[in-house]
Amino acid sequence: MIEKVIHIGVLLVLPPLLLGVINKTKAWFAGRNGPVLLQVYYDLFKLMRKGMAISTTTTWVFLAGPVITLATVLLAGLLVPMGRFDAPIVFTGDLILFAYLFGLSRFFTTAAAMDTGSAFEGMGVAREVTFACLSEPALFFALLVLAKVSGSLKLTEMLHGPAGGFTAAVAAPLVLVAIGLFIVLLAETCRIPVDDPNTHLELTMIHEVMVLDHSGPLFGVILYAASLKMLVIGSVLLHVVFTFQTGRAWLDWPLFIGELLGLAVVIGIVESVMARLQMRHVPYLLIAAILFCGFGFILLVR
Amino acid sequence: MSVWIILAAIAVLGFSGFPACLFSSRRAAGQWLTTLIMLLGSGLGLSGVVMSLNESTTASMCAAWFLPWGRFAVAIDPLSVLFLLPVFVVPVLGSIYGLGYWKQSEHQTNGRRLGLFYGLLAGAMALVTIARDGVLFLIAWEVMAIAAYFAATAEDDNPEVRRAGWVYLIATHVGTLCLIAMFALWNQATGSFALSPTQGVSSELAGALFILAVIGFGFKAGLMPLHVWLPGAHANAPSHVSAVMSGVMLKMGVYGIVRMTVLLPVPEMWWGGVLLAVGAVTGIAGIAFAIGQHDLKRLLAYSSIENIGIIAMGLGLGMLGRTQNRPDWVLLGLGGALLHVWNHSLFKSLLFFNAGAIIHAVHTRDINRLGGLTRHMPLVMGLFVIGAVAICALPPFNGFASEWLLYVGLFRTLGSDVQAGCPAAALAAVALAMIGALAVACFVKLLSAVFLGSPRHPMPGHLHPASTSMTIPMLLLAGGCAVIGLFPMLTAGLLEKAIGTWMTLPVAADSITAIAPLNWITLLGLALIILVGLITLIVRFLPMSTVIREVGTWDCGYSRPTARIQYTGSSLGQMLVRLFGFFLWPKTENPKLRGVFSGITQFKSLVPDTVLDRLVVPVFNLAGRYLPWLRIMQQGQTHLYVLYIIVIVMILMIWGACGN
Repeated sequence: MIEKVIHIGVLLVLPPLLLGVINKTKAWFAGRNGPVLLQVYYDLFKLMRKGMAISTTTTWVFLAGPVITLATVLLAGLLVPMGRFDAPIVFTGDLILFAYLFGLSRFFTTAAAMDTGSAFEGMGVAREVTFACLSEPALFFALLVLAKVSGSLKLTEMLHGPAGGFTAAVAAPLVLVAIGLFIVLLAETCRIPVDDPNTHLELTMIHEVMVLDHSGPLFGVILYAASLKMLVIGSVLLHVVFTFQTGRAWLDWPLFIGELLGLAVVIGIVESVMARLQMRHVPYLLIAAILFCGFGFILLVR
Repeated sequence: MSVWIILAAIAVLGFSGFPACLFSSRRAAGQWLTTLIMLLGSGLGLSGVVMSLNESTTASMCAAWFLPWGRFAVAIDPLSVLFLLPVFVVPVLGSIYGLGYWKQSEHQTNGRRLGLFYGLLAGAMALVTIARDGVLFLIAWEVMAIAAYFAATAEDDNPEVRRAGWVYLIATHVGTLCLIAMFALWNQATGSFALSPTQGVSSELAGALFILAVIGFGFKAGLMPLHVWLPGAHANAPSHVSAVMSGVMLKMGVYGIVRMTVLLPVPEMWWGGVLLAVGAVTGIAGIAFAIGQHDLKRLLAYSSIENIGIIAMGLGLGMLGRTQNRPDWVLLGLGGALLHVWNHSLFKSLLFFNAGAIIHAVHTRDINRLGGLTRHMPLVMGLFVIGAVAICALPPFNGFASEWLLYVGLFRTLGSDVQAGCPAAALAAVALAMIGALAVACFVKLLSAVFLGSPRHPMPGHLHPASTSMTIPMLLLAGGCAVIGLFPMLTAGLLEKAIGTWMTLPVAADSITAIAPLNWITLLGLALIILVGLITLIVRFLPMSTVIREVGTWDCGYSRPTARIQYTGSSLGQMLVRLFGFFLWPKTENPKLRGVFSGITQFKSLVPDTVLDRLVVPVFNLAGRYLPWLRIMQQGQTHLYVLYIIVIVMILMIWGACGN
């Protein structure tokens, strides 16, 4: 019970910190001081106290976009285990629900963007739905590998691996899957090299351009949901990369949080040392992710 | 007893359009009478179905008849019931919908004819699902095909409708030809046309029968590349006819494949493989073509092809399970496919009814001209969102429930050890994931092009909202989507019974709910709805959220935005069309710009059907050009024809003599 409370606590409180760590890392690379680590929390509080400017073109879908996104990502967060602890909700086939909840959030995020009737947001929507068609197969290849390795269809058991830990025989497929999942993570959370969250050119963005018209509390919800999504998909990746545990609960929670923050640092480093790919080259990256995960699958079942 | 009730229901449905022919073509009375008779027929049918489920034995009836072959043999087992239910639900809703959509007073020339064949179509489909004799089956099948032709070509003064009708008529008869060959082979192998399970068929013959069934029924179901008739016919038919054709008639093809595999002995491994592969190709190609369309109803028709692909994948998994003796694969694969049959008939009919309401209001099917319809028809828009979320297989609606079963089944083929598993089948899960993502792209495109943003072209002055008789059927269908989506375990009992007729499940086999915990779908669906409600309340009633400033859409400082700069449906799909360009082969007409001040010019893009427009039509054109010289033989003089007969008979006699 206490584990579930901690799980939900981490899920609700930690996400904005990840963005803070990424920004700090990027600032450090650029030789700046950068915003304080808690800046995103301040931003969220500020946004919650603001009014909203809403386009006259929009309908209820505009409101539904952020709200449904947050609800689905929260629910998905309850399906993913953290560290060595089980997820609060575990059942056979929950991995499919996990993937499709993100589909539902994509449906309403993109619909909300189209609701404004802005050409820029249309561009973002076209990119988002196109790239999703490539990242989804990569994700499912990864899930197939994990299901095969663990012999389970419960996300918690899949990510914890078989009872005796992962064997050496599955190391190669898991490495390939980890690379593929990292690319999926970058694409789904809209980071460089797929998308640049900081650009000021609306023409070149994906996620940020879809939410141009959202403001005030609605924008706060979007910002929070985006960081939450990073935490949720990041936890999936961390299970594949780190399997080390101490076996003591009071050490394993800080260890897991440390891993998450480490992941944020890695994302920050990737953002600092790489440039955003040309938009027409992004599909190649995603196809590479499919190939990594697909080869992992082939290695496993050969 | 239930057999007689259902037969009576079929007769009532089949002849529901006849009395109206005696009424005036200018008044609504006849149409109302038709709808009432259909209500009576469907009510009878549904009560018969319920009664047959409570009977301990399979209700059946068999009688000799006037034809030299076959008998009038019908039976109602759970598999028939499963396919009968949509037949008794969707057409009657369509008939009610037609009261507002296809008013007799507005369609005096074809209203009564449409009613006549619409009823006949419904009756024939019901007969198809219960026929247990090859000849009776073929007769019902042909009546269904012809009735659908006349119903779909109601507006035959339009050349496009006539063309679509011809394509359909040719395609359906090529399919029927395969079925005639199949039943002839069946008759030869088993000694009668009776459709009862047999073991006495050699495996080669069984394989041939299976291939003929997949091709013959595949034409009706719309498996790629046999789908050529489907987009045109669905686009040009009246919307409630499209709904019945897509929601119910395509499923008769699925039913045929399922029924034939019941009858044949235990299948071989490649049968399941073929269906999985064909299903995956059909699914991905179907939805990719859908993304390329700008005609509202053509898009929906292609998405039907996609869903048939998903159903075929489920059948393939079930078939694999039968060969490998894995009841869990059968339960999940076939169960998912059969549940998807229902689900698709619910949400696709809903979407076609929506499409009809839109077309009724704006008089165009080109989505690139639309936009911002939410303001004019909020209810239709809300129902459309439900249909779109359901068809993208997203929780908490019914599409998710059936695809979830299918996914769990596909993942189970991984097996704990490679020997027992069939990892190649698991690849279908990846294909299904891709189909899911493409479906989201497709329906976001449709939703935003029609309902969101602002109108991309001037709208006709008066947009009349959907009438009550149009909205009630849509509400019922949307309710069905929500109920099955939130409480999918309600369907598990009937699904298991139907699977039981397909394959004798071992006593120890688990139930569907034991392998795939459907109650979690209920819990999480409800949790999702509650969570969305809570967050809405919090966001909406934050102290400062009430301060709302109404502004124009942010256009990055551009001072003179117009509605024309919005993304249209085609521009939204362009990246994906290009990505799948290797089989979509989009046609574009690029404008030529000359000089500094170029004149008015136009850009056009179109995704034609690769199979129909690039393969079938050219071949038919060639045939039309070079075959007329055969007309030399056709002089119109009777004595010449008699001469031909004599010559042929002589040749046959000589051939026979030499053979002996």
